[in-house]
Amino acid sequence: MEKVGIIGVAQTKYQRYNPASHAESAYEVTSKSLEDAGLTIDDIDNTITVCNDFWDGRTISSMTITEATGSHKSPTTNVEGDGTYGALMGLMRLLSGLHEITLVVAQSKISEGIPSVITNAIFDPIYERMLGLDAINSAALQMRSYMSKYGVTEEQCAKVSVKNHKNAKANPYAHLAMDITVEDVLKSRVLADPIKLLDTSPISDGACAIIMARERTAKRKHGKPIWIKGVGHCADAYHLGDRDLAEVDALASAAKRAYKMAGIRSPLKQVHVAEVYDAFSYMELMWMEGLGLCGRGKAGAMVDSGLTEMGGALPINPSGGVLSAHAVQVAGLARIAETVLQLRGEAGDRQVDGASTALAHGIEGACGQGHCVFILGK
Amino acid sequence: MSVQSEELGNTGTLIYPSRIKLPYTWHVGKVGSRFYQEIKDNGKIWGIKCSKCEWVFVPPRETCPRCYCDMSEWVELSDTGTLLTYTVTRYAVPGIQPLEPPFALGIIKLDGASTGLVHLLGEIDLNDISVGLRVKAVFREVREGNYLDIKYFKPVRA
Amino acid sequence: MKRRVGIVGVGQTHHRSKNTDCNGQELISIAVKMALENAELTMADIDAIVIGNMDHFESINYVDMWSVDGSGGYMKPIMKVTTGGTTGSAIGHAGFYHAASGLFDTVLVIGWEQNSESDTTAAISTCFDPITEREYSAGAIGPLAAHYIAYMSKYAATEEDAALVSVRDHNNAALYNPYAHLRQTIAVEDVMRSAYISYPIKLLDMCPRTDGACAVIFASEKKARKITERPAWILGVGDCHILVHLADGIGLANLPSLEIAAREAYEMAGITDPFNQIDVAELYIPASTAGVSWMEALGLCEEGGGPRLIRSGVTNMGGKLPINPSGGVLATNPIGATGLLRIGEAALQVMGKAEKKQVEGAKVAVATGFGGCFWSDVTVLSSLPGLD
Repeated sequence: MEKVGIIGVAQTKYQRYNPASHAESAYEVTSKSLEDAGLTIDDIDNTITVCNDFWDGRTISSMTITEATGSHKSPTTNVEGDGTYGALMGLMRLLSGLHEITLVVAQSKISEGIPSVITNAIFDPIYERMLGLDAINSAALQMRSYMSKYGVTEEQCAKVSVKNHKNAKANPYAHLAMDITVEDVLKSRVLADPIKLLDTSPISDGACAIIMARERTAKRKHGKPIWIKGVGHCADAYHLGDRDLAEVDALASAAKRAYKMAGIRSPLKQVHVAEVYDAFSYMELMWMEGLGLCGRGKAGAMVDSGLTEMGGALPINPSGGVLSAHAVQVAGLARIAETVLQLRGEAGDRQVDGASTALAHGIEGACGQGHCVFILGK
Repeated sequence: MSVQSEELGNTGTLIYPSRIKLPYTWHVGKVGSRFYQEIKDNGKIWGIKCSKCEWVFVPPRETCPRCYCDMSEWVELSDTGTLLTYTVTRYAVPGIQPLEPPFALGIIKLDGASTGLVHLLGEIDLNDISVGLRVKAVFREVREGNYLDIKYFKPVRA
Repeated sequence: MKRRVGIVGVGQTHHRSKNTDCNGQELISIAVKMALENAELTMADIDAIVIGNMDHFESINYVDMWSVDGSGGYMKPIMKVTTGGTTGSAIGHAGFYHAASGLFDTVLVIGWEQNSESDTTAAISTCFDPITEREYSAGAIGPLAAHYIAYMSKYAATEEDAALVSVRDHNNAALYNPYAHLRQTIAVEDVMRSAYISYPIKLLDMCPRTDGACAVIFASEKKARKITERPAWILGVGDCHILVHLADGIGLANLPSLEIAAREAYEMAGITDPFNQIDVAELYIPASTAGVSWMEALGLCEEGGGPRLIRSGVTNMGGKLPINPSGGVLATNPIGATGLLRIGEAALQVMGKAEKKQVEGAKVAVATGFGGCFWSDVTVLSSLPGLD
C-alpha cells in the first residue's frame, strides 16, 4: 500500500449535552484539525462526512454539516457507519491517486434523541424488532454468552471499566473520568443482566476530525505524519441467533487483513498501544481476543495480569476508551485521533512511552457485527 | 415552538422539540410469510435448510447467508429447544418494548435448527434463569401472523 | 489515474410501484444474483461490498449490517454510503474508489429502495432543516418547479419542451426496457393534459417512486480483463455538493453542481467536446423540466440551448446523442438505486449489452446522479481504456 499519513486531528470535549449545534461541533473540529495540520480549508481537496439519518434525526443528514466542513467546496461523500469506516473511505480516495488531502469529519448529538429507540431500529422490523431489543439488552445477551462459554467473570469485565474510567482522568476530552472500584461496578444498577450501569458507556455529544494526505504532501505539509500501515474491515451474520455471540470471527478477519498489510505477525509484541471500541466493558475483552492479543476466552486472565493497564506491556484505551466518552459514529474516528496523538508523543498525561505502532478499532451494528481495524505507525 | 431545557442544563441556547413519525408497511416476502402462516394456522415453527452447508435457519430466509445460494427445503422444527443466552431488561423505553420491564429475553436453539431464535421468556422466575435451560414455545391464542404469535418460551419442567 | 477500474457486471430487479412479493433483503439479492450472473462470477469472487439507500424510507438503521442476508456480505468487508438522491451515484463512486485504491479487486455495489414501505414525500421532508425549513417544506417538487420557472423566464423555454423530455423517456422505457417501472407510451398532449402538481410541473413530468434494486460489479484492471473482454472502463468521476439550504437553489436557472461535477469528470476522462465525444447519456432527471434546463451544465449545448437541443430530436433514440435509452428516472425511481441504475445502464451501453435499448456503436457514455440539496455526481464510462 502506498503511504498515506495522518497530519491533523481534533476532537471536541465529549459531554452529555453540548449546546453547540451539529454544524457548530463539526466546524469546531474542522477548524482545529486544519490548525493542527497547519492547513487552511482551501488545501483540502476532498471530504468525507460521517452522518447517520437515525442518530441525526434528519434524512440526508450529511446536509447538516456540509458547509461546516467545507464539503460544499470539494468532492465529497458521506459514509454512514462508524468513523473508522469514514477514515477508510478517505484513505481509498487518496490511494486512488485522484486526491491529495482528505478531511474526515464525524459528529454526534445524541442528546437530541432517544438512543434505545434508534438502536431498536437496527433489528429487523419483520422479526426481532418487536422484542424491544436495543444496544443494551442485545449486548447483555452477548456478554452472557461470552461469560458462559469461556468462564469470564463479571469482575473481570468490571476491571476494564475501572481501568478505562481511571485512564480517562488523563484525557481532557473524556466525558466520564472517575475513580471507581470493581465493587462499585458490580453494585451499580442492573440494566439488563449481566450488564450494569458502570459496564456501559455514557451517551455523549461530540465530534472528531482527521486530515490525511498522500506521502509526499504529508511530508511536505507536516513535521510528524503518522502513517497508515494497514486496514481491514469485515461483517458477521446479521441475526443474533445466526452468530455464536461469544465469538469474534469478523474482527479476527478484519484484523488479519490489517496485520498482513502492516507486516504484523505477533500483535501483542508489535503493537504498543491500542484504542478499541469498548461500548460495554466486556467488549474490550472480546475485541482483545478478536485482535489476536490472546487466545479465545483468555482476555479475562490477561486483564487480571495488568498487561493492558497504563504501564503494562500493551496499554489498551489510555484515553479512557468509549466507556468514558461515547459519541456514536465519532467514537471510532476518535480512536484513530487518540492513537495519532500517542504516536506523535503528544498524548500528555495519557502518553504511552515509546509507542511507535498503534491499533485503532471501530464497530458497526449490534454486538459488534461489523469491525474496522487500523494499524498506524510513525 | 422552542423551549429552554432544564434537564440538559440551562445554557442559554434553545431546544426545539420534534419527532419523526412515519408510517411503514414492511414486506415480509414469500419465505417469511410461510413461516408466519405456519405459526398462525398450525402452531408450528418451520426452518429452512441449505443444501450446501446443511444449516437449518430460523427464521427462514430465501438465501443462505453463508453459501449465498437459494434454499428451498423446509424443515419442521421442534417447539422446544435449549437456552443459549438470556438477559432481563430492567429499564423502560416507551414505545419499543413489548412488555413492562422487567422482562426476560433469550436466544433459543430449537431442536432441529442450526441457528438460535431470539425471543421472550415467560412463566419463569426472573432471578432463576440459566444457560442450557430447556424451554418450549407458548403460542398466543389469537394469532396475527407476526413475531409475537409466539408469546414467549417457558421452561420445560422435568 | 493510477489504477484503471472497469465495470464487469450489472443486475437489476423488475422495478414496480409495489414489490410486495419480497422483503428488502430478497429484493437486494435479486439484483446481486443477476449482476453475478452477468459477470459470470460467484459470491466467493467478491472482495468487498458497498451498499446504499435512504434510512427513513424503510426505517432500517445500519443497512450495511442488516442487508448481509441479501447482499452476500457475511464475513466480507461491507460499508454503507448515503447522500440522499445522489446515493446511487455516490455508492457507484465509492465502489470505483474501492477498486482504484488497490485495496480490493472485485467490488459489489448495491443500491436499493422499497419506497412503498413508507410515505416517501413525508420521509423526504425530514431532510429539511428541522429548525428553519421543515415545517413548510414538502418533498423535492417545489424547488424543481421554481427552478424551471426561472429557466423559462430567462431562456424562452416552454412547458412543451419539458413534455418532449417526458415523452422521450417514457417511450424509451415502454419500447426498450423490460425492467422499467412505468412502461406506457405517451404523447406530448398527454403530458400537457395531466394535472399540475406544482406549476409548471405536471403529473407526467414527474418521476414515480419505485421499489427496486440495482447491483453493479467494479473490478481492478487486471481482474476486469480476466472477467470480460469488454468491461466498461470508468474514465472520470466528479461529485459536487455545493448548496446546503434548498432555498439557496430556488430561482437558479442552471445547476451549478452539475457543471462543476461534469467539469471534474470530463477533465479526468479527457473530454473536451462533450456533445461530440459522448455517444449516449443516462441522466438523473427527477422531472422532465430538468431534462431541458440541465443540458448546458453538462456542456451538451450553449447557455439557454436546452430547448433547441430537445426540440431537434438529437437526444431521441436514433439521434446523435440519445439520452436515457432506459427511460431514465421518469420511468423508474427506486431512490437509493436510481443513480446506480444510471451508471449500470451506461455501463451496459458501452459493454454492448444493453439489448433492445442498445445505442449502436456506443463507446463513451455519461451517467449522472442528482439529489440532496441540488447536488450532482457525474461518471464517464467507455469501452476504451482511455480517450487519447
